[in-house]
Amino acid sequence: MRNAFINTLEKEANKNRNILLLTGDLGFTVFENFQKKFSKRFFNMGVAEANMMSIAAGLALSGKIPFVYSIAPFIALRAYEQIRNDVCMHNANVKIIGVGGGLVYTHAGPTHHIAEDLAVMRVLPKMTVIAPIDPIEVRLAIPQILKKKGPAYLRLAKKGEPHLHQGKIKFEIGKGIIIKKGKDICLITCGPIAYNTLKAAFLLDKEKISTAVVSMHTIKPLDTNLLENLTKKYKAIFTVEEHSVIGGLGGAVAEFLAENLRKNLIFKRIGLNDCFCHEIGDYDFLRKIYNLSAQKIAKTIIRSLKKHE
Amino acid sequence: MRTLNQSIVKDLENKAQQIRKLILEISHKAQVGHIGSALSIADILAVLYFKILRINPKKPKWNLRDRFILSKGHAVAALYSTLFLKGFFTKKILLSYCQNKGFLGEHPEHRVLGVELTTGSLGHGLSVGLGMALSAKIDKKHYQTFILISDAECNEGEVWQAALTASHHRLDNLIVIIDYNKVQALGTTREVLNLEPFYAKWEAFGWNVFEVDGHNIAQMLETFTKVQTLKLKVQNKKPTVIIAHTIRGKGISFMENKLEWHYFTTNDKQYRKAVKELES
Repeated sequence: MRNAFINTLEKEANKNRNILLLTGDLGFTVFENFQKKFSKRFFNMGVAEANMMSIAAGLALSGKIPFVYSIAPFIALRAYEQIRNDVCMHNANVKIIGVGGGLVYTHAGPTHHIAEDLAVMRVLPKMTVIAPIDPIEVRLAIPQILKKKGPAYLRLAKKGEPHLHQGKIKFEIGKGIIIKKGKDICLITCGPIAYNTLKAAFLLDKEKISTAVVSMHTIKPLDTNLLENLTKKYKAIFTVEEHSVIGGLGGAVAEFLAENLRKNLIFKRIGLNDCFCHEIGDYDFLRKIYNLSAQKIAKTIIRSLKKHE
Repeated sequence: MRTLNQSIVKDLENKAQQIRKLILEISHKAQVGHIGSALSIADILAVLYFKILRINPKKPKWNLRDRFILSKGHAVAALYSTLFLKGFFTKKILLSYCQNKGFLGEHPEHRVLGVELTTGSLGHGLSVGLGMALSAKIDKKHYQTFILISDAECNEGEVWQAALTASHHRLDNLIVIIDYNKVQALGTTREVLNLEPFYAKWEAFGWNVFEVDGHNIAQMLETFTKVQTLKLKVQNKKPTVIIAHTIRGKGISFMENKLEWHYFTTNDKQYRKAVKELES
């Protein structure tokens, strides 16, 4: 995803000289080419995220389009008030790139994980919040956030995420994409956990529960039209995200559903359950522990459906 | 050093007194505090707005305008009074300060013409201004960015992050003025979180440092002239900080250096007394 991001940004930077890249001293083996190509538009701002974010706002208020990059917890939380006051209050054209969404930074531990960014970004007025499910969506999201003036938060994972879309897709901010069809239930997901979600859907199909999967890459603005259709079509809806079940995609969908009640609709949020992850292990290991492997996701869904039988 | 035109100084002193009167008037009408902080910067704003800043109230978004950020946003009564005197908006708008349905609130907001940045939370203005200065460097534009910060604001870590960054990027188009009145919300700066040696700190961070009496207009004019001269020196290329020694509540005897005038509002008797002092 990082490579998809930087390659796309390079292409856009060729076309638009106002694009700048600011990093909080991160991006080893990622930014070298950009730096070489656009030496006057690349700024390593040091390990000073709050300052970097305010500077980005000042640059944007002077006509620039800064992309501000760091590991997600550092950029989303350390610089939060700067994002709120300097970026969002001024509707400044700052694009925030948080890398390592969820548990991606495995052994680095809970300081480097993040399960809160979608929640805190989503609550900010003017902010667009996107968590692409694969590198293809990353590539398509960049030109879109450039087209939409104003603040945006793009949550990336890291590297090696599988391509989940097949063939040509239409990517629009605020428009979910059906990535797998199904008749009985629907899983709504964002970020690369979509891969396990998709695998879970195939497992459920085998259990004779025909399962659809939607990439809700944009958490804000939420695709409420699509949601409304989904609630009409399916008896159960599940959200799956590598984020706290509080306030993120699941929170956003729950808010919509609470105000648009449909009788007998089964709904459950699957994600990290209000916890810090202190376990040590690789990515698959951690996802399994936190019930986010394909098997565990499928199991949770089956259990939930049974409960409502 | 060239002799400063006495009439310019006189005129600016006069402007500062007008700013002070307006601060008292709108704060009294609205029964809103922070009067001491606003009076502290009246002379600085008079010098900046009526002599130094290249701005045009008729073209408030002019591309090449100098940028000014009041980072200590709670002193906005001084800024709004100044912007009114400069012609950015009408007296009616000024008098809407903190009134129901009013246009002006207790901290600067970007939606008001002439205000570059919404402030109120301390520590942001210098970094945002730095971004504006950096943008000018990238585009080879010749505007300058001025940021007025408070002494207590230097308790914020972001200020020192910005101090490092500005000198690292050799932003000689960035000028910071510190309103060093040495009183903060719950005590003196020495009691709360000591800033001294203040001059040495900024110098060590790689800045040109000047100290002035923030109520001595002639001295401030001289200093700004020196700053411009420094800017022309190729080998300098440093950002500049002007530590302005000021008195909180300056100009009103019963408010000067009194911590409580961070909070108090004037009653009718106090208001009349204050105005009388300014007129005498």
